[in-house]
Amino acid sequence: MNQPPSDAASAQAPAPHTADVVMRASGLVKRYGNVVAIGESDFEIRAGEVLAVVGDNGAGKSSLIKALSGALAPDAGTIELDGRPVHFHGPRDARAAGIETVYQTLAVAPQMDIATNLFLGRPLRREGFLGSGLRMLDHKKMRNQAAEQLDRLGIATIQDITQLVGTLSGGQRQAVAVARAAMFGTRLIIMDEPTAALGVRESRQVLDLIARIRERGVPVVLISHDMPQVFEIADRIHVHRLGRRAAVVTPKTCTMTEVVGLMTGALRMGADGTLVESTTQHMPEEKPASRHPSESPE
Amino acid sequence: MGHLRLPSGVLVITVTGAALLVAGCTSTKSGGSDTGASSGGKVSIGLVTKTNSNPYFVKLRESAQAEADAKGAKLIALAGKSDGDNQGQVDAINNLVTQGVKGILITPSNSTGVLGAIKAARDKGVLVIALDTATDPADAVDATFATDNKAAGVKQGKYVKATLGSRTPAVVLLDGTPGSTVDDLRHKGFLEGFGITSGSSEIKGTAVTNGDQTKAQTAMENLYQRDHGINAVYTINEPAAAGAAQALSGKTGVVIGSIDGSCTGVGNVKSGKFAATVMQFPKKMAQDGVDAVVNYAKNNKKPSGFVDTGSQLITDKPVSGLDSKDTAWGLKNCWG
Amino acid sequence: MTTTHTSPATPEAGTARPPAKSLLARLLGNTAAGPLAALVIAVIVFALTTDTFFNIDNASLIVEQFLVVGTLALGQTLIILTAGIDLANASIMVLGTLVIAKLGQHALPGGLALVVGVLLCTAVGAVSGTLVTRLRLPPFIVTLGVLSVLTATGQLFANGESFAVSSGVLTFLGERSYLFGQIEVTNGMGVAIVLIVGLWFLLTQTSWGRNVYAVGDDEEAARLTGINTRRTLLSVYVLAGFVYSIAAWQALGRIPNADPNAFQTGNLDSITAVVIGGTSLFGGRGGIPGTVLGALVVTVLTNGLTQAGIDSLYQQVATGILVIVAVAVDRVVRRRAA
Repeated sequence: MNQPPSDAASAQAPAPHTADVVMRASGLVKRYGNVVAIGESDFEIRAGEVLAVVGDNGAGKSSLIKALSGALAPDAGTIELDGRPVHFHGPRDARAAGIETVYQTLAVAPQMDIATNLFLGRPLRREGFLGSGLRMLDHKKMRNQAAEQLDRLGIATIQDITQLVGTLSGGQRQAVAVARAAMFGTRLIIMDEPTAALGVRESRQVLDLIARIRERGVPVVLISHDMPQVFEIADRIHVHRLGRRAAVVTPKTCTMTEVVGLMTGALRMGADGTLVESTTQHMPEEKPASRHPSESPE
Repeated sequence: MGHLRLPSGVLVITVTGAALLVAGCTSTKSGGSDTGASSGGKVSIGLVTKTNSNPYFVKLRESAQAEADAKGAKLIALAGKSDGDNQGQVDAINNLVTQGVKGILITPSNSTGVLGAIKAARDKGVLVIALDTATDPADAVDATFATDNKAAGVKQGKYVKATLGSRTPAVVLLDGTPGSTVDDLRHKGFLEGFGITSGSSEIKGTAVTNGDQTKAQTAMENLYQRDHGINAVYTINEPAAAGAAQALSGKTGVVIGSIDGSCTGVGNVKSGKFAATVMQFPKKMAQDGVDAVVNYAKNNKKPSGFVDTGSQLITDKPVSGLDSKDTAWGLKNCWG
Repeated sequence: MTTTHTSPATPEAGTARPPAKSLLARLLGNTAAGPLAALVIAVIVFALTTDTFFNIDNASLIVEQFLVVGTLALGQTLIILTAGIDLANASIMVLGTLVIAKLGQHALPGGLALVVGVLLCTAVGAVSGTLVTRLRLPPFIVTLGVLSVLTATGQLFANGESFAVSSGVLTFLGERSYLFGQIEVTNGMGVAIVLIVGLWFLLTQTSWGRNVYAVGDDEEAARLTGINTRRTLLSVYVLAGFVYSIAAWQALGRIPNADPNAFQTGNLDSITAVVIGGTSLFGGRGGIPGTVLGALVVTVLTNGLTQAGIDSLYQQVATGILVIVAVAVDRVVRRRAA
């Protein structure tokens, strides 16, 4: 029986600094018929941090971030960006707001080359009349910028910008998707399981990339079920369970086991911020036996 | 994804479909495919054509309908889905027998494929007459009212040869669909009338056109490209002849013959697109067929054998020794 | 943690990029390389075996024969690029010719009749596109339904007749002139060139074209990157409808007679041209130059084999083999890229 550390404050989520919050969502709901994908979930990410979102399979993490990236329209709830409410009618709106997403499926077009994929949906036009009147694309400029960006992000494994994305290895494809997000993500970058299909070396490269993005000052939301990676890179950890946010903790104040416990429901975040055991894992409404740090253990 | 906006999609379809039909609807002389058995009063006659779309069969159906109306009989018209759709015709025959028709008039797509259904119908006392195309064997039906397609081909052949005069023939044969008996008979007839055989050196080329004007045009262009000396063309029907004429427009000295006798075709003879055509009389086939069934119903008398409904050479440039009528006559008696 | 410095991270040593793929490699990788090779081979073979084949007159003839099915194939290319297929294109064109011709005979001056035809075919394209994007029905099913409806509508409209056209505007594309006094060209060729260049430009040089390829390659990926996939798909069907109306105009120029029973194999011929041209039936790969070459290959085959005196049935065999080879090659290439 794990006892929460007696200094309760360190088990709590740090007090919110509203001035620092980049994106906040409250009460998000999304239902597909009888299936609840998002069941009144909250979310918050602060400037310059890497927020890991963890949760068991089917917890609803992907749905949550799709709502944040505009790929999914929530049935209810609000989303605020820099304190102002926003309504995304599609992925385009979110991208226009500077929110970039690396989806689990990568969302790359396999039969198009790297440069085209990097600029997919927002290609560069030619100067002057050719661009505005005839709406011609500037292929050369896109290729050059693509090469530059890959260099800047330190992605050395990709040699030929004109290679078709479908012919790249899994890791290289991931790198393209991450590079795309890094190029255009000015407010927020969301990554859904970016290292899931990668080997050790390539995972390391992605983590380095995330660190570089954080250095730039852009916050990153990282969905992952790789606990060691999460604990290595994340500043805070959002635990998602049964379609809602179950807890927000930090790697410094929680152990991996505790985080897993929060994911499975063995542990709950009490109202005062302490971690308590749930005796009944499947009925979160029932009040479990709680333990106030000042009470003596039974 | 988005909501199912059913109304807008359905509305678009409905409006467009209605607009098209309103724009195009001439008086649709549909062959009155009402169902319902003949209940002691009107004689019920079934008509099964190869397709509903070929203008020839459209006119056949219309003539049959008119004659049935005139004689106080009821016509039920069915057809196969396409040229060669044997099963469709078999189903149609069985359908008509169930509906209690007294007689069935059929233009068989497949001369052997319908024999079973025809026999079943005749065994039930239904009179079966083949129109336009014979069955194989021909006596599988009570009677056949058709053009003697071979004789028609002969007429085309004789005319084209005669018009060439003393020039050495260089002939192109534009056939329809391989395997069709009508095609076969006309082709053989032409060769016979022209005085050549299929191996003759006078034949400079043949092509399959499926009776389609565009295919005939392409084939004629290519064959002419190969040999600019071509001076005689056999065509299976008038759309093919129109295509050949288009391919040869501007070039002189080529004699194009055809068969069918549609009003469009006769018009083309008149305007000089092709030299002559051999007219068929589908109206007569249909009328004779309807009359025969009515007669059978009244007097229990069956027709028999092959009744040639005739063919007539139509041209404005007659050749001595060959009976022909001019296009004025042709336009009065054409079908379509 | 809130630094906003955006200076680039120093690239690792030794990341000098190799030169871009050589021109030859790029050309060989182009999907139009195959049909080009096929065309060149066919022309050489016929030139050597049939002495009436390789001359200027026959070249003009081949281009003229290419015009109608080639234009149908251009529209078909757009739809196949989005991983769809259009079974109704010939029936749309034929209905167009019927309406234009009949109206042009009595009711309207030629030019107006043509405009009505263009609007009609484009509207049908819009209906197909709406059914595909709104009701999310597969293009195969939608166009199959449109094919049935339009074939019947055409027959009802024509009532067994064909309609001749005489208006100068309607036969305009068939009018001939002679370049340098020698080379026979028709206005239809000029219009075809304009259409080919225009569509090529749209598909390869504009973002709309990029979106068409992206939607065909992976529709969900395209959606996630912010492309309005519905609007793109709808615009493809509308544009294809417009192209079919030009095909109708070309058809009337080739032969000034609208026949409801014409072009029964036009749809299959157009798909054949597109597939031989290297455009993938699974979407996202191929384009206009390939289709033009594919259509020319088919035309050259018919033209050459007829002049060589070879039975038309062998022409069908040859075309069929080419189609199978083209699809097989496409599958192999796709598997490499998957």
